[in-house]
Amino acid sequence: MNIEQTDFYTQAILSMAALVGLTSFLMLGQGRLLRLIFVFALQGLLLTLTTALAAYSLDNPHLYISAALTLVLKVLFVPWMLRREVLLMNMHRDVQALANKTTVMLGGASLMVFSYYVLHPIVQTTSPVMLNALAVSLSVVLLGMLLMISHRQAVAHVVGFMSIENGLFFAAIVATKGMPMVVELGVAFDVLVAAVLFGIFFLHIRTSIDSLDVDLLNRLNEVDK
Amino acid sequence: MIAAYLVLLIPFIGIVFFAIAGHKTDMGKFNIWLNAVCLLATVWLAVNVLNIGTILSPNKAFLIDPFNVYLIVLTAFVGFTTSIFSSPYMAHEKELGKLTDNRLKLYYSMYQGFMLAMYLVLTTNNMGIMWVAMEGATLATVLLVSLYRTPESIEAAWKYFILCGVGIAQALFGTILLYYAAVQIGDGENALLWSVLYENAAHLNPEILQIAFVFLLIGYGTKIGLVPLHNWLPDAHSEGPTPMSAVLSGLLLNDALYAVVRNKMLVDGASHNNMAGYLMMGFGLLSFLVGALFLHRQKDIKRLFSYSSIEHMGMMTFAFGIGGPMATFAALLHMTVHSLTKSAIFVTVGHASQVAGSQSMGKIRGLIKTQPKVGWGLLIGTIAIAGFPPFGVFTSEFLVLLATMHGYPWLAPLLLLGIGIAFAGLFRHIQPMVYGDKPEGQLPVKANLWPVIIHLGLVLWLGLAIPSFLAHWFSQATLLISGSTPL
Repeated sequence: MNIEQTDFYTQAILSMAALVGLTSFLMLGQGRLLRLIFVFALQGLLLTLTTALAAYSLDNPHLYISAALTLVLKVLFVPWMLRREVLLMNMHRDVQALANKTTVMLGGASLMVFSYYVLHPIVQTTSPVMLNALAVSLSVVLLGMLLMISHRQAVAHVVGFMSIENGLFFAAIVATKGMPMVVELGVAFDVLVAAVLFGIFFLHIRTSIDSLDVDLLNRLNEVDK
Repeated sequence: MIAAYLVLLIPFIGIVFFAIAGHKTDMGKFNIWLNAVCLLATVWLAVNVLNIGTILSPNKAFLIDPFNVYLIVLTAFVGFTTSIFSSPYMAHEKELGKLTDNRLKLYYSMYQGFMLAMYLVLTTNNMGIMWVAMEGATLATVLLVSLYRTPESIEAAWKYFILCGVGIAQALFGTILLYYAAVQIGDGENALLWSVLYENAAHLNPEILQIAFVFLLIGYGTKIGLVPLHNWLPDAHSEGPTPMSAVLSGLLLNDALYAVVRNKMLVDGASHNNMAGYLMMGFGLLSFLVGALFLHRQKDIKRLFSYSSIEHMGMMTFAFGIGGPMATFAALLHMTVHSLTKSAIFVTVGHASQVAGSQSMGKIRGLIKTQPKVGWGLLIGTIAIAGFPPFGVFTSEFLVLLATMHGYPWLAPLLLLGIGIAFAGLFRHIQPMVYGDKPEGQLPVKANLWPVIIHLGLVLWLGLAIPSFLAHWFSQATLLISGSTPL
């Protein structure tokens, strides 16, 4: 199937998938926390646009609610909270040197290839567009994990965590035109509670180890000291 | 059906009530009453199911069948007995000045929040809501792990939050794939209902379902504590308040396994190559062996028993993976006896560490001489969990072993080896703690050991003779999961 033969909606979804994937890579290589949060908000915005687009083209009004939820939670609330935390801890000036950036980026690229490999069996039952969309979602999930592994700041971990959720939402919208409403509301509620809990945690970690560097959280392990 | 709504409503009232008034004296007693009423409601529900079979609520939101109803009763029972233990335990912790009023409010409120999430996981008919409730259980307990606000407990809670959050996100991806397979054959809004999925399982696309199962197993497997996703478990169990360790080990792990088994039933319906079973066997056996080996090098008593939980959850996952009536029956029985025994052990462990003033096993000595009830409780509990006859754990482990020899004889030596290693690992630590002279100045604490006596009594009973209604129940559940009955 040629890409010019598909309808406008499908083409738009494909470009959105590409952009969402790109933001994940941008986050992966980002050492400055404020910029990381900005790119994360951008990814949320792309997700909102995709949802609204799906709602419009598929004439499915409940997706508008989902788009609004994404906008409020992922584009406004979470980035605002994280930004406030970074400014409060005076971390916005530190550039965090990422150890072996090249390896991490190469790892990210191979994760993307891996996602395509994993999801390839479903291509027989569906269109290649769907394969692209699902594979990008899965790679956003995996890249979110890689982000958490490669960055040492608690704030970056939260960004990775929330970016994983973004990938999942993208899959839900593109592949299945949104989950049933009750599930979507439940998931949004969980994300909201998780965001609030992260805020509480920052406070606790700050008061107990006076830093948000997770490398300092190393007391509990099975290694004899 | 009213009973099912009641089971969900009572903990909800509890959350709100304790959030306002949880710091007052006697709230521990009120918590016991709340759980007792809930237990009665679940028994009522169970009697209904026993009489009329599977119940589906009119709006199809809730499904109660023989498989989940017994877990619901077990959840309510362990929740109830743990609340009996928690009441004097938390009062003692408050006297020591470890807790403030606000934290006590949080504790009682989230105790009920956790129970609500567990009941929701079990009763819901919607695979999406099951995920939401499972994540809800993490969110409810994460602040309880860090209740004491020590650097260690905050680290444990952070690990728990991040690992379980990321893990469970994989399960959501699996659920989305499941939904994707389901919408291809059915209508959108109802496609995630388990009752609908199960009816149409044979028409679902097997390739998509197999990929989905991998994600679901990783996701819920993180919560079961399957190796290599188990790191959060010993930390969260050892740093939180002990009643929390009891319900985490006794309930959360079971319910996560329940979610995996539900999904396995769908995958088995769609594809006929036992891929889901092999995956569960592999991860289960690995967790079983690693858990058993790690028992040896523990220094903290609560970490010791959390590794023992990993070991036992591994065995159950393995048994469900083997499939077939006998292994499934054994796994269901093992879920029950493990829950009962492990929560009883955590109750005695809680008292033992209060007696010694430390969780470090090097400092806990001479328990039988100081407080015989606690010492004997710990010893008998350990004997039960290590799989000695005549306790119920022996029966279920023996059945798992039989099923293994039947289907996969070359795996049986590994199982036997693991059981032996685990036994040695437990006893080398327990023996010096319970026997021997007591250290100077060690005094008994105020303890309520009825939960231990009741739990271990039940485990003993299950080991000697399984009552006929329970056997009937297990057979019904086995029939549902594996397609035929063991008896």
